Amino acid sequence: MSDTTATLDPATIRANEEVTRKPLVLNQRTMGWISNYVSSIVEAKTPLWWYIAMGVTVPMMLMCFGCLAYLISTGVGVWGNNHPVAWAWDITNFVFWIGIGHAGTLISAILFLTRQKWRTSINRAAEAMTLFAVVCAGIYPALHVGRVWMAWFLAPVPNNMAIWPNFRSPLLWDVFAVSTYFTVSVLFWYTGLIPDLATLRDRCTTKLKKFFYGIAALGWRGGNRQWRHYEMAYLVLAGLSTPLVLSVHSVVSFDFATSVVPGWHTTIFPPYFVAGAIFGGFAMVLTLMIPAAWIWPALKDLITPGHVDKMCKIILLTGSIVGYAYLMELFIAWYGANPYERAAFWYRATGVGAREFYWPMMFCNVIVPQLFWFRWCRYNWIAVWILVQFPNAGMWYERFVIIGTTLQHDFLPSAWQLFHPTWVDICTFIGTFGLFMTLFLLFIRFLPMICMFEVKAVLPEADPHYGEGGDREALPELPSGSEEY
Amino acid sequence: MEIAGNPKAPVFAIAAEFDSARDLYHAAQKVRDAGYKRWDVYSPFPIHGMDHAMGLKRSYLAQIVFIGGLTGFLTAVSLEFIPSSFLYPLVVAGKPTDIMTVPAFFPIMFELTILLSAFTAVFGMLILNGLPRWNHPLFNWDRFKKVTEDKFFVAIEARDLKFGTRETREFLESLGGKNLAIVHED
Repeated sequence: MSDTTATLDPATIRANEEVTRKPLVLNQRTMGWISNYVSSIVEAKTPLWWYIAMGVTVPMMLMCFGCLAYLISTGVGVWGNNHPVAWAWDITNFVFWIGIGHAGTLISAILFLTRQKWRTSINRAAEAMTLFAVVCAGIYPALHVGRVWMAWFLAPVPNNMAIWPNFRSPLLWDVFAVSTYFTVSVLFWYTGLIPDLATLRDRCTTKLKKFFYGIAALGWRGGNRQWRHYEMAYLVLAGLSTPLVLSVHSVVSFDFATSVVPGWHTTIFPPYFVAGAIFGGFAMVLTLMIPAAWIWPALKDLITPGHVDKMCKIILLTGSIVGYAYLMELFIAWYGANPYERAAFWYRATGVGAREFYWPMMFCNVIVPQLFWFRWCRYNWIAVWILVQFPNAGMWYERFVIIGTTLQHDFLPSAWQLFHPTWVDICTFIGTFGLFMTLFLLFIRFLPMICMFEVKAVLPEADPHYGEGGDREALPELPSGSEEY
Repeated sequence: MEIAGNPKAPVFAIAAEFDSARDLYHAAQKVRDAGYKRWDVYSPFPIHGMDHAMGLKRSYLAQIVFIGGLTGFLTAVSLEFIPSSFLYPLVVAGKPTDIMTVPAFFPIMFELTILLSAFTAVFGMLILNGLPRWNHPLFNWDRFKKVTEDKFFVAIEARDLKFGTRETREFLESLGGKNLAIVHED
């Protein structure tokens, strides 16, 4: 083979290297290694750092619950919400968290349908992130209604007052969209977990663990008569989740777009929100996965520089779409010749809070991701981790600009009022990070964070014709200028 | 040949181990061609093309999911139109309450279609696979634990009409199967 290569001209060699795919799993790891290593993370003694991390996140989570208890017992007035800013941090944080979830579904569903096999090593953790982000998001709409015990009014159930919800209201669409999204994400995630739970079950050494993992694995045996329905279920779920994930943030954006508030009443919102959600979500995936690969260094064979590179490129793409949407909003505000719309955007860019929110938003979401055009920024993981913190923060700014800044400057100057968060607002929001991180830490402690069976399936030896020729191995052996293909 | 499970219990299957997806694939083709019906191959991950090698048709789960999705859609239609058009017509901003209001009803129709389809996909898959179940005769065999790691197995079940302890054993050995075991029900 080597002497054949020597006869090829350098251009052909380069071309062959280009078309030969880089392996998805580095260092020729075997199937056994994947099971052993990923399971060992769950099976090993709990590391000290885990307790320390839980020592930080659990009190934060409890602070969130405490604030929510105070809110419920006292009333929604403990937040800074007031006229005209009736939606403030609550809905900002809701949109922020639900947006983060979108990357998980994108990785698990859309990249599955488009046959992006590199998704296999990151989809499990990203889907878990989706669930936990939606849990954090769900807190806000449920509790911002004020009298929480009346929240069941949102559900269309017959009651003795003969009251039905308004099915034409985007707020009710939101109830259905978010609850469907959460439920389908749980189903998708759990379906993906079944074969891996069976791996953990079969490796268990203690009866107690075997009992719990055995129940969770549902008796999975890995027979092909099972796999064939399983794969179909996975394909169907991916096909269902793809329009679902696009619809969820579209419906969230309808909360704003179907109103008559200047700055909200625009048709660009659904695509702009979806792109922003994927943008912010991938930033969060990288925020979580890069430290994981630092803690367990061998994970770098599964979550390779190529993976991080691709995710950075998606951030670059979606960040550019978001930047386009910002500019298009400004253009339409000017070109649309609606004085209220124009005033709303002029206020966003120059009014109170422009320096604190609008321009930081532009910087974090539009300018900073452009650094991912440089290869060095995509391959230096410390740089990546620092850079993705900008989208994380920037997406929160974006939602606050849309909600807070816009509302504080509505139609009547006599009603204008700035929004100031109270300590309850701030502590609840910080607390949701505690809740999110606590759930994520529990996840990496008790469940395999890499989808083992899917990673095994993308190894070269998983191909039933491996080593029989006919694959890319044979490529360089063809003489140059051959008419064969 | 190893004996797995209680030897007094009836025989469930004769199983053999293979080392790679490729060996399993070719073994499956030969078992299919030998005319066995009650058998299965076990692998740590789904193997591309295995359905064909086993002579199985495409899973019909998607058709079941369609029925689930249709149920979700019709649920949403009745959930929205019965209260809004008949029981308690709610006129908001002068909007119609009849069929003309479909665009505003669409999101919930969509969401419930997805929701019930997803439930049907997951629970339909479990039902078609006979899951969840507490135990299975194959779990009596210790080597079978490796099926979720990196080993591949073929099991020909005793209820197959062509099954014969000796013939099946010799057949599996001729396919290159290793560590053959006779697996009992209990």
